[in-house]
Amino acid sequence: MKLHLKIWRQKDKNTQGKLVDYWLEDVNPHMSFLEMLDTLNEKLVLSDEMPVEFDHDCREGICGQCGVMINGLAHGPLKNTTTCQLHLREFKDGETIVIEPFRSKAFPVKKDLKVDRAAFDRIIASGGFVSVNTGQAPEANSIPINHETAESAFDSAACIGCGACVATCKNGSAALFTSAKISHMAKLPQGKEEREHRVLNMVHQMDNEDFGHCSNTEACEVECPQSISVLNIAQMNYEYNRAKVLKK
Amino acid sequence: MQSLTRKILMCLTGLFLCFFLIIHLLGNLQLFLPAKTAQLQFNAYSHFLSGNLFIKMVSYVLYASIILHALYALVITMKNKQSGGSYKTDNRGRASKWYSRNMGMLGTVLLVFLIIHFKNFWYEYKFGVLPMDANGNKDLYTLVVTTYQEGWYVVIYVIAMIALGYHLLHGFFSAIRTLGVFHPKFVRWIRYFGIGYSLMISLGFAIIPVYVYFLNAK
Ligand code: HEM
Ligand code: FES
Repeated sequence: MKLHLKIWRQKDKNTQGKLVDYWLEDVNPHMSFLEMLDTLNEKLVLSDEMPVEFDHDCREGICGQCGVMINGLAHGPLKNTTTCQLHLREFKDGETIVIEPFRSKAFPVKKDLKVDRAAFDRIIASGGFVSVNTGQAPEANSIPINHETAESAFDSAACIGCGACVATCKNGSAALFTSAKISHMAKLPQGKEEREHRVLNMVHQMDNEDFGHCSNTEACEVECPQSISVLNIAQMNYEYNRAKVLKK
Repeated sequence: MQSLTRKILMCLTGLFLCFFLIIHLLGNLQLFLPAKTAQLQFNAYSHFLSGNLFIKMVSYVLYASIILHALYALVITMKNKQSGGSYKTDNRGRASKWYSRNMGMLGTVLLVFLIIHFKNFWYEYKFGVLPMDANGNKDLYTLVVTTYQEGWYVVIYVIAMIALGYHLLHGFFSAIRTLGVFHPKFVRWIRYFGIGYSLMISLGFAIIPVYVYFLNAK
């Protein structure tokens, strides 16, 4: 199949970028979206041009490293799918595809389709952990957790941190990402110990990173590759209000 | 101030306004009574409200809520505009409702309406000179009925109530989310309740001027 690509090219953080046209003549509809970009890059390298830079790692939809805006949609037209799991059969022969980086004030573009998502790491570092003493791993079953609770916590923990929620949100809010971690921990007995500190610190860090407010439009859940529920955001709000009320 | 604290302020002021609207609508239902009874009863009701100390305190909470709500709406919306990305090709709208993305715009319509509304009735009642009715109460009823004889005012009113309906449709649900209700069953119930509430309030308020307009047109 044939494709007309309009790809965001930007030299570095401080240079103005623009959309550049590329044409691919003979791509296989069963290729993944990233393989299509590989094909383009091969062509570019052979003609002495700079390849298009984009992030990726596992290419199996589990690491959260990939992610671009495809025709104005985070991770493209399929809902709840990562860019690496999207295939060209979702597009029409001869279609024009606009590819842009995930954007928000907190995600500066580093080059082409690559954005700096270190803000997420700093949010996790501010409280997305439980404090345990070093030494032998504790006996796994010493703290009883029922199946429903474990599953529910795991649903929250399934966030892969790709940033599609932020890119999709009109406010560039990181509420879904931050709340998934907060409620993952709040649901488990190990996480309950530090819950007040955790939510206050993580929300504080989220604000410091220039993410916007959550308007509860719920667009993030629709586009999230892992279908992380917006009820995590509700639980974060609960944890936050609770921590504020209990604060000494 | 943290972002979630700002949202809590929006939420509490918004919910107070939601509560106020119920009382306000119930009071306005007296306008549906036969003209003679409506006039005396509505004016007596207004007189009672303006003289009551408790109601006076509530009214200050009301003014503060409107001002704080509008102020924080501005702060939040401006920050959100800066934080959000923009795209050359943008189809993100498929994932959410238009009114949830335009609360600031809907709120601005409401603010403009509130200014007109306050000027027409609140200001005239408190600071203007109104004739008295048979019971010696200020005749707010006649002011209301003559105002609704103006077609353009009825149109403004109805447009504002459509904006209110959409603002509440998202606002009520969003406020409860901001409070932190995360149990799926209650979240579902609240969503249904919010839809019913928004419909009742916006339709209820919109019907009154239309009713008065057509009643007196004959
Ligand atoms: C004075 C004009 C008004 C403006 C400028 C305004 C603006 C806004 C904005 C921008 C939001 C969304 C905040 C966000 O995106 O998270 C909002 C939320 C809300 N508004 Fe208003 N509004 C106004 C009047 C009202 C009125 C009259 C009511 C109720 C009767 C109301 C009830 C609410 C509620 C319940 C929320 C939800 C709060 C939350 O998300 O937690 N607003 N308003
Ligand atoms: S590359 Fe790992 S999720 Fe796409």
